[in-house]
Amino acid sequence: MTAIIDYGMGNLRSVEKACQYLGYSTIITSDAQEILQADNVILPGVGAFSQAMEQLKKLGLDKTIIELHKNGTPLLGICLGMQLLFSYSLEGGRHEGLGILPDGIVPFEKEVKVPQIGWNDITVYDNILFKDVPSGSYVYFVHSYKAPSIGRTWTAATCNYGSDYTCAVHSGHTFGTQFHPEKSGDVGLKILKNFLEQRRDK
Amino acid sequence: MLTKRIIPCLDVKEGRVVKGINFVNLRDAGDPVECAANYNIAGADELLFLDINASHEGRNTMLDVVSKTAEQVFIPFTVGGGITDMERIKQLLRCGADKVSINSPAVKEPDFINRAADRFGSQCIVVAIDCKRKAGTSLWEVFVNGGRINTEKNALLWAIEAAKRGAGEILLTSMDTDGAGNGYDLPITRAIADAVNIPVIASGGAGNCEHFLEAIKEGHASAVLAATLFHYGQLSIKDLKQYLAENDVAVRV
Repeated sequence: MTAIIDYGMGNLRSVEKACQYLGYSTIITSDAQEILQADNVILPGVGAFSQAMEQLKKLGLDKTIIELHKNGTPLLGICLGMQLLFSYSLEGGRHEGLGILPDGIVPFEKEVKVPQIGWNDITVYDNILFKDVPSGSYVYFVHSYKAPSIGRTWTAATCNYGSDYTCAVHSGHTFGTQFHPEKSGDVGLKILKNFLEQRRDK
Repeated sequence: MLTKRIIPCLDVKEGRVVKGINFVNLRDAGDPVECAANYNIAGADELLFLDINASHEGRNTMLDVVSKTAEQVFIPFTVGGGITDMERIKQLLRCGADKVSINSPAVKEPDFINRAADRFGSQCIVVAIDCKRKAGTSLWEVFVNGGRINTEKNALLWAIEAAKRGAGEILLTSMDTDGAGNGYDLPITRAIADAVNIPVIASGGAGNCEHFLEAIKEGHASAVLAATLFHYGQLSIKDLKQYLAENDVAVRV
């Protein structure tokens, strides 16, 4: 069972439908026990960073997610869900994140249109998430803030918009994508499947 | 590199695609879900469903179409038409739409954009603008109610205001060029694309590959939308993308 964390931030339905299309059963939940018992967990999310953190804390799920990371349950943060894994974001002032990854989320440079909306090609690092997904594959992005650094131990893929930045992360059994695999056609479904194949050791 | 998007538009009424679609392998050319799936395979980057229902029942059917599409088609899609309140946006997003496009209600009550963007995020709020050049001037005016009412609002200023209020994208249709197949309205597309820091989708007037290229290169559009040209198989998305790539436009292939 794949748990999709429901914390009131945006559209969970697309992620759910993509998992089901791939043949995986899902549960949309905000219950910590259900989340901790799942084979793997997806943290989706669209909207503002500070509001999302506030919601997670209100539900006590910030601790749950950190526990998932520590106990080795495969976790995938999508879009805002990936950004929340970082230590902080500068969206609407500085706000603390989950701190699973060091570093922070910053705005795009002034010279590009924001949000970045559309298909951009990615450069992938050697990573289980990108098994059979070559560099140069296109995926769908919608975001106004980004993870600026590249070449870190946790960088799993990079993208260029204004400059190069990290668009996918990996640390332990925790993964994150700035793009939407559930909206990136066949390439996205492959990435999602690569994640869903990871299961917690029981 | 961020690619320019090609967006087919489907008019949907009572659960059926209204303008016939001429896909070779289509079992049912009127089924929006099947059309959407085929456009996905054909290489469309995104889809727009235009809900042209007038009745309450028709609007409910649209939710069903959206839901079924989201189960089978994993590229982004927007729903426009008849979106007048927050509840409707919530319903459509819940059923799996990625974005909604708001036209007349935003002009009548501009604060609707702020409320929708605050609640659902700018990324899913597209403001659609129908405009027409005021004869003998270089001003474009905003029309509402399917182009029937001239608000005399300046389209360029309205686009800037919509962006400030939280729109994530502008879908710009010029009524002067729409349906003629002689090309997009380049001057107003470029004026708005240069004035706002959000993507502009050009709509209305595509008749051949060159028109798409012009909209991108001269009109500075981030995305191009067309209906008839794709539906009747006059132009395949694959051929269009190949043409654009040969002319140094970044496209997803």
